[in-house]
Amino acid sequence: MQNEVMFAGFGGQGILMCGKILAHAALEEGSEVVWIPSYGPEMRGGTAYCLVITSDKPIASPIIKNPANLVAMNLPSIDKFAPEVRPDGVILINKSLANVSSGRTDVDEILVPVTEIAIEVGSVKAANIVALGAFVARSKIVDFDVLKEMVKKEFSTKKKFLDLNMNALERGRQAAL
Amino acid sequence: MGKTFKRPEALSENHTHYCPGCTHGVIHRLIAEVIDELGIRKNTVGIAPVGCAVLAYNYFTFDFQEAAHGRAPAMATGIKRVRPDLNVFTYQGDGDLASIGMGEIIHAANRGEKFTSIFVNNAVYGMTGGQMAPTTMPDQKTTTSPYGRDIGQTGMPIKVANLLAALQTDAYITRQTVIRPKDINKTKKAIKQAFTYQLEGRCFSMVEVVSTCPTNWGMTPVEAIKWTEDNLLPYYELGDYKTPQ
Amino acid sequence: MGKILMKGNEAIGEAAIRAGCLNYFAYPITPQSEVAEYLARRMPEVNGVFLQGESEVAVGYMIFGASACGERVFTTSSSPGVSLMSEAISYIAGAQCPAVFVNIIRGGPGLGGILPSQADYFQATKGGGHGDYRLLVMAPASVQEAVEMVMKAFPLAEKYRNPVMILGDGLIGQMMEPVEFPEDLRTEPSNKDEWATNGMSTRGDDKQNLVKSLYLDPTALNDHNLLLKSKYDQMKKEEVLYEPVNMDTDYKALIVSYGTMSRVCKSAVAMLKEEGIEVGMIRPQTLFPFPEKAIADAAEKSSCKIILSIEMSMGQMVEDVERCVKGKLPVSWYGKCGGDVPSPEEIMDVVKERI
Repeated sequence: MQNEVMFAGFGGQGILMCGKILAHAALEEGSEVVWIPSYGPEMRGGTAYCLVITSDKPIASPIIKNPANLVAMNLPSIDKFAPEVRPDGVILINKSLANVSSGRTDVDEILVPVTEIAIEVGSVKAANIVALGAFVARSKIVDFDVLKEMVKKEFSTKKKFLDLNMNALERGRQAAL
Repeated sequence: MGKTFKRPEALSENHTHYCPGCTHGVIHRLIAEVIDELGIRKNTVGIAPVGCAVLAYNYFTFDFQEAAHGRAPAMATGIKRVRPDLNVFTYQGDGDLASIGMGEIIHAANRGEKFTSIFVNNAVYGMTGGQMAPTTMPDQKTTTSPYGRDIGQTGMPIKVANLLAALQTDAYITRQTVIRPKDINKTKKAIKQAFTYQLEGRCFSMVEVVSTCPTNWGMTPVEAIKWTEDNLLPYYELGDYKTPQ
Repeated sequence: MGKILMKGNEAIGEAAIRAGCLNYFAYPITPQSEVAEYLARRMPEVNGVFLQGESEVAVGYMIFGASACGERVFTTSSSPGVSLMSEAISYIAGAQCPAVFVNIIRGGPGLGGILPSQADYFQATKGGGHGDYRLLVMAPASVQEAVEMVMKAFPLAEKYRNPVMILGDGLIGQMMEPVEFPEDLRTEPSNKDEWATNGMSTRGDDKQNLVKSLYLDPTALNDHNLLLKSKYDQMKKEEVLYEPVNMDTDYKALIVSYGTMSRVCKSAVAMLKEEGIEVGMIRPQTLFPFPEKAIADAAEKSSCKIILSIEMSMGQMVEDVERCVKGKLPVSWYGKCGGDVPSPEEIMDVVKERI
């Protein structure tokens, strides 16, 4: 079974890292995985997205026209990617920056005030982790405890951000229930 | 009997292809003598340029690489970085080093690569048949400056030793000539000094040698020496431009 | 050791180290600068050489100089940078030195773009630099394959005393996949005392070694070129690699595709099969030598009506495919090279429309 998620937002929102942590979790579970970034001259503020593909079989095409799921961290991401999501997928929208529906009725759409929650736990920079927690809790694309371990690992060398991000992950999970 | 004149071990028995009156032969011999005296022949790699000295490897008895036009300093960098124990020198003319290879020589010098460049400056392209070089003198006639070098169009001749000495990195930069016996002795001393700095792992070193090209200048060898004294040496002043700290 | 998740560019850098290559010279260019960034950190840890040259022109000759004294050495670049290195590549091939070049292709011509492309097929397989020379060209379709090809490239370069090129695209460099570094691909450098300018004292002899590509005598130059040709002919006999996909069926069409593009085609082949349409595929893993016989044989299949060369370029590999098919079947090209990689659905549509 192949599964995909497109993470999309502004450059600087930690989109690529979000996908990377998920990819590590999938690998930890023994899945095949591909992580594909958008890359380009825009380092801050431009559009950024990354696609994570997981599968129990070797992954052929890294190019996916219709991803199973979408995490949209800003408004342009909804416009660009929401129409492409496959029916029955999860579309997670960052309500703090885009308080709108994708208009899709054939998907599991969830609006989470990701940025606000991140500010509440202590840093707007943790918005990506809030979104990741919410998305994984909702889609169950990987086991949540495995994800938790990967977040812990990611911040193991940045101790002062560890608690903050673990908290962000948990708050994301709760928001998605 | 005093000293006998003999061929240095580092010099092969091949006859050179250089024109009568050309100074490449003298400079080759000086390099060979220095290599013999330092006992480094079996640990030396030379790099031949594109220019009259492209076949220089036929005249030496140690390892040689042949570079593309101007790229000898990059090749020397490659060798010294992976085999710092080898003694490496580039042998380059003015078209090779000061025109097409200017980028490579400046960056190699600026990185302080521990090799030696022997830069033979005779103010003209030799092998291709006497075209204008970056070191050609103002109003000097060449096949591509038939009315004389127009500095309004082509700028002033480049003083390579001065240019490299201006870099902030430690180096040994000197300009010598081989047109008179006393100059030949000084040039040999400079080459020996340059190789010694290299062997000590001290710095980049370049010996610019002001030379003649009777054929492409359209002169006899004797006239060429006179022309060098009158025209080149006042502009390309001899001496050490930089010594390592 | 289990699999680790690595970006293609970083995995390529690590693969070279694991293959025993501790010398790297490079100049930054998108989309492969991560190789240089990775090795700037990593080479000092293994007492290796890392140097950022002043230009790709200079880097090409740093590779030449290092390789000419018999040391394992490699560089990575992307299209415009490889154009600049092509001068040195011609000299290295002419002087018969081993070296490994990795081209993570971006769009062209000129500055082109920075997104994935396969538009350097001609440059890699037909020349790039001047003169009659060939590179042994391998094209990975995954990060794992990139690792293995880089590791195999060094002994191959030494076997033939010829540059080997790994031809990836921006996606191979940028994406992350799980990788492992096979221990059995690590080899000792071959004996180079016969030809390398590594210093007579290193070899313990008194014979000048000369690394050169100049042969002024016409007979000598012709003989030299015949010698080079014999190596390329040997590569054609011994080094062809390709992956057949769905070839044991009565396929109606045959796709020839390599690298990232071939993965998309592989998905399309599987999806078409679900719809009852059998399509075979040959994925060249070496682009030179090209799997000529495999393609010629595949074109003999009576069920096959058309051959499609699908590439992220405007019809480059298709010329080689046509050469192999020799007019026995129609050969058709499909591709894009602006940076948008065609999707499997798009390939399905193309196949359906053309069979």
